[in-house]
Amino acid sequence: MKNAIITVSDVVTRFGNNVVHEGINLSIRRGEIYGLLGGSGSGKSTLLKEMIMLLRPQAGEVRVLGRNLLTVSRSDAAFLRHQWGVLFQAGALYSSLTVEENVGIKLREYTDLPAALIRDVARMKITMVGLPEEAAALYPAELSGGMVKRAALARALAMDPQLLFLDEPTSGLDPISAEAFDSLILELREILGLTVVMVTHDLDSIWTIVDRFAVLGEHKVIAEGTLNEVIRNPHPIVRQFFGGTRGRIRSRDGK
Amino acid sequence: MRSTRSQNAVIKWRKQDNGDILLKSSGDWTIDSLKDTAGALDEISRANRNVSIRWEVSDVGRVDSAGMMLFIRSYNELKANNCAIEIIGAKSEHKKMYRLLRRYAPGVSGGKPPFFSRFLKPFHGVGKSSVSFVVDFMEFLSFVGENFVNLLYALLHPHFIRVGAVVKNIEEAGVRAMPIVALTSFLIGVVIAYQGAVQLEKFGANIFIVDMIALSITRELGPLITAIVVAGRTGSSYTAQLGVMKITEEIDAMRTMGFDPHRFLVLPRIMALMIALPLMIFFADIIGIGAGMFISHIHLHLSYVEFIHRLQKVLAVKHVWIGIFKAPFFAWLIASVGCFRGFQVSKSTESIGRYTTISVVNAIFLVIACDALFSVIFTELGI
Repeated sequence: MKNAIITVSDVVTRFGNNVVHEGINLSIRRGEIYGLLGGSGSGKSTLLKEMIMLLRPQAGEVRVLGRNLLTVSRSDAAFLRHQWGVLFQAGALYSSLTVEENVGIKLREYTDLPAALIRDVARMKITMVGLPEEAAALYPAELSGGMVKRAALARALAMDPQLLFLDEPTSGLDPISAEAFDSLILELREILGLTVVMVTHDLDSIWTIVDRFAVLGEHKVIAEGTLNEVIRNPHPIVRQFFGGTRGRIRSRDGK
Repeated sequence: MRSTRSQNAVIKWRKQDNGDILLKSSGDWTIDSLKDTAGALDEISRANRNVSIRWEVSDVGRVDSAGMMLFIRSYNELKANNCAIEIIGAKSEHKKMYRLLRRYAPGVSGGKPPFFSRFLKPFHGVGKSSVSFVVDFMEFLSFVGENFVNLLYALLHPHFIRVGAVVKNIEEAGVRAMPIVALTSFLIGVVIAYQGAVQLEKFGANIFIVDMIALSITRELGPLITAIVVAGRTGSSYTAQLGVMKITEEIDAMRTMGFDPHRFLVLPRIMALMIALPLMIFFADIIGIGAGMFISHIHLHLSYVEFIHRLQKVLAVKHVWIGIFKAPFFAWLIASVGCFRGFQVSKSTESIGRYTTISVVNAIFLVIACDALFSVIFTELGI
């Protein structure tokens, strides 16, 4: 696939005797919002970690922006790390820094911009993700759960990455915030030309913002494609996912 | 992907004959190409007041949010300096980005705080820490009060005491600390014997080494050194344990289930330490005197029999009791400070480290202060 920004081929992951992936294949195209779905323990977060070089698969190939992550050189790895932003499930904000310092930390370390400009960029990102301006001076411990998510998103966006990885971005948010978060991601994709990879459980997100997604199960990708393609898939796990009460209400109401 | 390497952002300016300024920017306005431009633009926007400016941006390549932010900043500053600005040739994607970021741009950043408030800052700090000291102290008093009520209740209703937890804590804080207590008190005994031996040998008063070792170790050094070791070892672990439980909301969970943390966590720890510390001090006394005896034998050629004979004469049992009597007070201080600081830990992981440090420092200080107080009291009473 020519415009694939990430390709995962034949990835095998094992933790001891516990097989997580057994030949995962998928590809993510530039500019799309791609969802990774699956029940608990299906290895979707593990797959995400393999895409951002936190874990190494036992076999197979993961290519991000044309570089094979298993044989990547130091300088290429550094280059890649500049190209993506990651939003961790619990935020993973540095607790000794204020929100503003958290957001600005990559700018401060990797660029020569004047401090005042870094401060302004950080503040802009903070308001962009829907936090009040006063939040900039707060420490992570003083934030609510939803605010931590937003602050972490602001940090992930600090360097204007091409690629944004989100690990369950809307989990722990109230439905209104979750919806606002979703539309924020859509808007940011539009403006910044982002490619977004998200691990999610949230059926609403899948309906509203995800362009294509993969359903993981039985150590493999059991379905991949747009919502309309996947929903016709007869596989029992897919059926279970979309046939549950929550799924049915959603499909009745339609997109 | 290397082809996406940015060209440096460039800004040029020229004064036209009619006094207008012509600004021309080109290149990529992205994070890693802005370095020089930021300073130049700042200068331009500071230097120009009350003029009309034509800003040509048609040659600008890629723009990211840092680049756009820089533009917005300069634009705002020029506006604030009463300049009329006309933007020429903006591309549609840049306009779109501008419209988005405009909404989120922070107001004009304030420079340094005014002189007066900078001057007052140290006083502000002093005031703040004084207030927090008082607040801390009040909280500690209320903690002690709550704990005391629980202790009284426990003494009246013995089944209220969690014996299992107490025993486990005795093992943790007492039994497992024996090796380090033994090593420390052995070394203390060695040090005193050596220091004393050199002085006493000058007077030929070798035998008085026994008095010196026996009294100093049993009355002061044994209790103090043991308490300090325990404060460092157990006090810190109490703070860290309770702090982690606070962060993971275990303590809140306990409260909702009706398990009073004072009964389940604090009381067993305090009681365990109050039981264990006196025993450990007695143990430390033995090891310390033993070490002194060993060194006296090697250095002053005082035989073990002579040493023990003299020891029986000089070491009245009250000296040992005085040392041990202090132990429960030390233990109470160490354990309650440790638990109190543990409860103060807030949501961040960093605060565990901070409060653990504070707890150890507090505990050691309080132990030494308490020991000094006892010294004065016992001397005045003539014991």
